[in-house]
Amino acid sequence: MADIRFSEEQIRRYSRHILLQGVGGKGQRKLLGASVLLVGTGGLGSPAALYLAAAGVGKLGLVDFDVVDLSNLQRQVLHHTHDIGRLKVESATTAIHDINPDVQVVPHTVRLSSENALNLVAGYDIVLDGSDNFPTRYLVNDACVFKSKPNIHGSILLFHGMATTFLPGKGCYRCLYPVPPPPGTVPSCQEAGVLGVLPGIIGIIQATETIKLILGIGEVLSERLVFYDALTMEFKEVKYKRNPRCPVCGEEPSITRLIDYEEFCGLR
Amino acid sequence: MKKFMDLRGTCCPYNWVKVKLELEEVDNGDQLEVLLDDGEPIRNVPRSVTQEGHALLKVTPEGEHFRLLIEKRGEK
Repeated sequence: MADIRFSEEQIRRYSRHILLQGVGGKGQRKLLGASVLLVGTGGLGSPAALYLAAAGVGKLGLVDFDVVDLSNLQRQVLHHTHDIGRLKVESATTAIHDINPDVQVVPHTVRLSSENALNLVAGYDIVLDGSDNFPTRYLVNDACVFKSKPNIHGSILLFHGMATTFLPGKGCYRCLYPVPPPPGTVPSCQEAGVLGVLPGIIGIIQATETIKLILGIGEVLSERLVFYDALTMEFKEVKYKRNPRCPVCGEEPSITRLIDYEEFCGLR
Repeated sequence: MKKFMDLRGTCCPYNWVKVKLELEEVDNGDQLEVLLDDGEPIRNVPRSVTQEGHALLKVTPEGEHFRLLIEKRGEK
């Protein structure tokens, strides 16, 4: 990758990155050579995908089995009114290529499951979790732990959200929440609603983390959880450490293979 | 080793972007000779060169343009 010369178009497109100290041509080549798996192309995945594409991240894998619904358009900015009824991975691919044809998009029109999660995660450098349900979130987490992949986490509900970067060996979602909540105890966005701009903020924090990780600059949100409240416009930070007794990334893990939680959560 | 870039007609900031990319490729101590337009380019590019820690060895006016001699310094 290092030997590849930038085209005149790339010099222009990425000039504001190349100008940055700490990024430069070297950093831009790292972005062009990087691959990111986006789990979900909804509220969080949309802004993340748009900015990662604009930044010139070379390969974006998209996992989503859903089709675009009118109710998505209040926040899922990858998709447009004329995309209603289309597979989200298809409308996402169009939107990404409209922004940056340099990006290779790999659509995975599947529901993430214990059958496919390990293989999907293994094919990418970084995983960005933009999922909207617990079964998927735990699959992403466990697959990232098993494959030693950074998991850029984001989640949202109502008016607040959180984000963190789980680096291999530095804690995981189960260190914070060992098991999914009992069915019915946590409402989904579908039931409770969500402020449309909220996933924009959280998804872009996730994209920022991804880009910093690729470039190797700054300090990522490792061992730190950021909570954001849109109503008070407050960010709060909570530190965490890997839990040695974590069921998946601890010293003596009790979970050694992926679990499909669907039936337990009663979500589907 | 000395490289040469004719950046006459290349406007800001792309002249500096190209110089910066070239400087990333060469070794410390290598020299780069650059031909720049008068006006914005000659005001901006030398400043960027020194801001990033490289040495501006010589600036020679040549009619409507300027010849810069830059030496790469700092990290490689």
